[in-house]
Amino acid sequence: MITEIGHYALVLALALALVQSTAPLWGVWRGDAALMATARPVAVMQFLLIALAFAALTHAYLTSDFSLLNVVENSHSAKPLIYKISGVWGNHEGSMLLWVLILALFGALVALGSRAMPEDLAAATLAVQAWIGAAFLFFILLTSNPFLRLAQPPIEGNDLNPILQDLGLAIHPPLLYLGYVGFSITFSFAAAALICGRIDASWARFVRPWTLLAWIFLTLGIAMGSYWAYYTLGWGGFWFWDPVENASLMPWLAGTALLHTAAVMEKRDALKIWTIFLAILAFSLSLLGTFLVRSGVLTSVHAFANDPARGVFILAILVFFIGGSLALFAWRASRLRPGGIFAPVSREGALVLNNLLLTTCCATVFVGTLYPLALESIAGEKISVGAPFFNLTFGPIFAPIMLVMPLGQMLAWKRGDLLGAAQRLMVAVAAGFAVALLFGAMRGGPVLSIVGVAIAAYLVIGSFAEVYGRIIGHGATAGVALARALGLPRSAWGTAFAHAGVGVTLFGLAATGWGVERVQAVKPGDRIALGPYQLVVGEIVKRPGPNFEATIAPMEIRSGGMVVATIEPARRFYPSRQMPTTEAGISTLGFGQVYVSLSEQNPDGSLDARLYWKPWVALIWIGALLMAFGGGLSLSDRRLRIGVARRARASAAQPAE
Amino acid sequence: MIWVVFATMTGAAVLAFLWPLAGKPRVAPGRRVEVNLYHAELADIERDVTRGLMTVDDGEAARTEAARRLLGATTEEPAPVGRQGAKIASLLVILAVPLLTVGLYLRLGAPDYVDMPLQARLQAAPANMDMAAALARIEAHLAQEPDDARGWEIVAQVYVGLGRAGDAARAYRNLIRLQGASPDLLITLGQSLIFANEGRVSAEAQAAFEKALAAEPGRLEPRFYLALAAEQQGDKARALDGFTRLLADAPPDAAFAPMVRERIAKLGGEAAAPSQGTAIAALAPAEREAAIRSMVEGLAARLASGGNLEEWSRLVRAYTVLREPEKARAALAEARKALGADAALDALARELGLGG
Repeated sequence: MITEIGHYALVLALALALVQSTAPLWGVWRGDAALMATARPVAVMQFLLIALAFAALTHAYLTSDFSLLNVVENSHSAKPLIYKISGVWGNHEGSMLLWVLILALFGALVALGSRAMPEDLAAATLAVQAWIGAAFLFFILLTSNPFLRLAQPPIEGNDLNPILQDLGLAIHPPLLYLGYVGFSITFSFAAAALICGRIDASWARFVRPWTLLAWIFLTLGIAMGSYWAYYTLGWGGFWFWDPVENASLMPWLAGTALLHTAAVMEKRDALKIWTIFLAILAFSLSLLGTFLVRSGVLTSVHAFANDPARGVFILAILVFFIGGSLALFAWRASRLRPGGIFAPVSREGALVLNNLLLTTCCATVFVGTLYPLALESIAGEKISVGAPFFNLTFGPIFAPIMLVMPLGQMLAWKRGDLLGAAQRLMVAVAAGFAVALLFGAMRGGPVLSIVGVAIAAYLVIGSFAEVYGRIIGHGATAGVALARALGLPRSAWGTAFAHAGVGVTLFGLAATGWGVERVQAVKPGDRIALGPYQLVVGEIVKRPGPNFEATIAPMEIRSGGMVVATIEPARRFYPSRQMPTTEAGISTLGFGQVYVSLSEQNPDGSLDARLYWKPWVALIWIGALLMAFGGGLSLSDRRLRIGVARRARASAAQPAE
Repeated sequence: MIWVVFATMTGAAVLAFLWPLAGKPRVAPGRRVEVNLYHAELADIERDVTRGLMTVDDGEAARTEAARRLLGATTEEPAPVGRQGAKIASLLVILAVPLLTVGLYLRLGAPDYVDMPLQARLQAAPANMDMAAALARIEAHLAQEPDDARGWEIVAQVYVGLGRAGDAARAYRNLIRLQGASPDLLITLGQSLIFANEGRVSAEAQAAFEKALAAEPGRLEPRFYLALAAEQQGDKARALDGFTRLLADAPPDAAFAPMVRERIAKLGGEAAAPSQGTAIAALAPAEREAAIRSMVEGLAARLASGGNLEEWSRLVRAYTVLREPEKARAALAEARKALGADAALDALARELGLGG
């Protein structure tokens, strides 16, 4: 009965989404506050219903209810509990349900959390959000229903794709979806602003926390996905410029641009039209990502189901929302009043430059991702646009962003002093040169790596230069400095941390040039030199897992004769899917990692292995975590919190805090 | 019962919409929001100036700009509207939400299906247990106590019935281990192995038949399969010899005789099969299905270059009997292509439950 209640709740949520997408809009049109007010409780109810459906599906997975086709196809009674839960979204149907769940969650959060927002804007925003929800609920119910039942349930399921039986999968999709879908809210805000004709600094203020929230989750989701690919796929790489990865990178680039331009709009009431456009773009790219991943246009780990009907359905949704919003944009944007003016050399000017570069990056990735697909469908010609293309195009465009980033932080709003800003950055530049010299002397190696770590050092120091200047700048004792540090707006700290995060990630990327890679057959007793370490291979053992059989080649990592760590790279075989997987053995030593992945076992009993020493590699993801942490700091800045006006007035009385 | 839950849910959903409409008529907040924001912004500017982030002049300019924005903001207060719209909307929602939900759910859902958690299925009373669960329970029991011959006997038969020949062979191996290698068990083991191997006589199967024959030289079945093995190994002379002697030793009206004659004919010897149908009926289930399959494949191959309604119908029926609905559907579609739309084919589809 629980399953059917979940199914009914999902259908009811669709009916309610249709109500939510029309009644409040009618209210806006009539100026009827009562009708507008229906949007909030309906949005909350909408979320409760979808949550109920999701809980019902999870219940079916937990109890191994094989009367559900979806459970049969993706679960197994012997699967560990955590993967029974993550299996709910480890397949096409369930992941779409998670998608709408998060969509409804954001709707409910806006309904409950933005009390200070003008009622018409809130009503229109929630209505647009419900349009998206209704479209995807239709999609789920008609083409990807996870609640389909079987009259003759089998006794065992087909198990989840072993590659997806991993902690990474338990975390990565929900994070990524929170990001992807989070941009639906900024999109809804943008469409609502166009509908209500209300685009001003206050709009930017309302929308910014949501943009930040979505951006934080997308950042974490991408980082998590990259780390997951790094340790499960066993190729030792962390970013493959795979179309599915690019699909998540594009909204991230657009969202990053949006984050910055929304700040300009909020502070200076400028760049309004551009901000609205970016909000539409960020979500359109999220939808495009969903289409690419879900339609079966691409073949990858993510393409759970290749069903053309689904592809066409998502394409229709895509065309409707992107086309519709752009049409709305073209129709209403001309009515917007242009905002404040500013000099080219100013914080605003720097942010415009940032936007130009970020969107160009985004366009590059877009072309690199879609051109091969377009070419294949039109000319039937298969070409591969891989890392070389992106390294040659993306890198040179992204490099100036990093060089200018600390400079932008130093410039004041409206009119900046470029020379002064540059002077204050001299320490950072000096740090860059020092690091370049240090690493050049110590390691030598590829010039690109040396340049990379130099820029990274410049970035990290430069990011904090502004904060440092504000704290120590006028000469201060430790106590005063601490008081000033605590008194700084958290968004200033947030900016510093997020920008420094980019530097930290860059450092990790640049250091890959000093990595060591070996591909060889290993057998017990082998001693292999790997960078600064020596690996000693132990006896190869077979060990059964809950639903797999593992072949393990344990290894000791030694440094100067001392054992510093042991790893257990393994090869697993999942009988229910007849699939092998590779379980890399990874040991983090400092910020570097020893990484060993096994492939085939040879007839003589030795195992083919790839062995890597990757110095500083962990910094790639630590940098991403720092970026997200910076975003979190900004989000916690009280100026962005809900109920802006009340709190801000209270703080005006005590400016020193 | 479940419809009571559904009705409650629907009621709650509709109420969420009606709730804000029931209160006092409201007036849109209008300018309050802009004014609040203006104050917030002034506080920000004040703070930035205090901290030296902005010069005093810039702060003044920013204040002026914020004030100008406030003045520029919409000044018209919304006019109060009647409750007509709310009434119409309420009525529509009260009618449309339940209708739409129930209508769509009845198309998609299965209100009569209960939850079937695996644990409950495995622990259900045997009378209420579904076949798959019962089998699983015996399998679990056998995993605990692999020496229960009665259990192996039951699962062996179920496996044969389900066409899981490999598992059936495993069950017969266990029975042989527990009850000794009786000729009957050896022969069924061999047959299961042949079925599992898609008709090929494996070394293990051959050994089983040889052992059965050694234990009871009078048995005829092992001799048939051993001759078949010889044929498959390319030893035509030995195969022909085996079949011919088998035919000579068998009673003239033996059920398998026509089958043997056919093999002999194929190998270039004398004798021919009078009627294939009766021969097949006499075979053991495993062989029967293999034989039917080869016949059906022959028919399908022949029909690829044209055939009449009766032949096409036979093919579709055959696939249904073999529990291959996909192939049956494909054959039906082929038949429609070859013969054009035909009422008889539609009737056949309905009868076999293959859909329009």
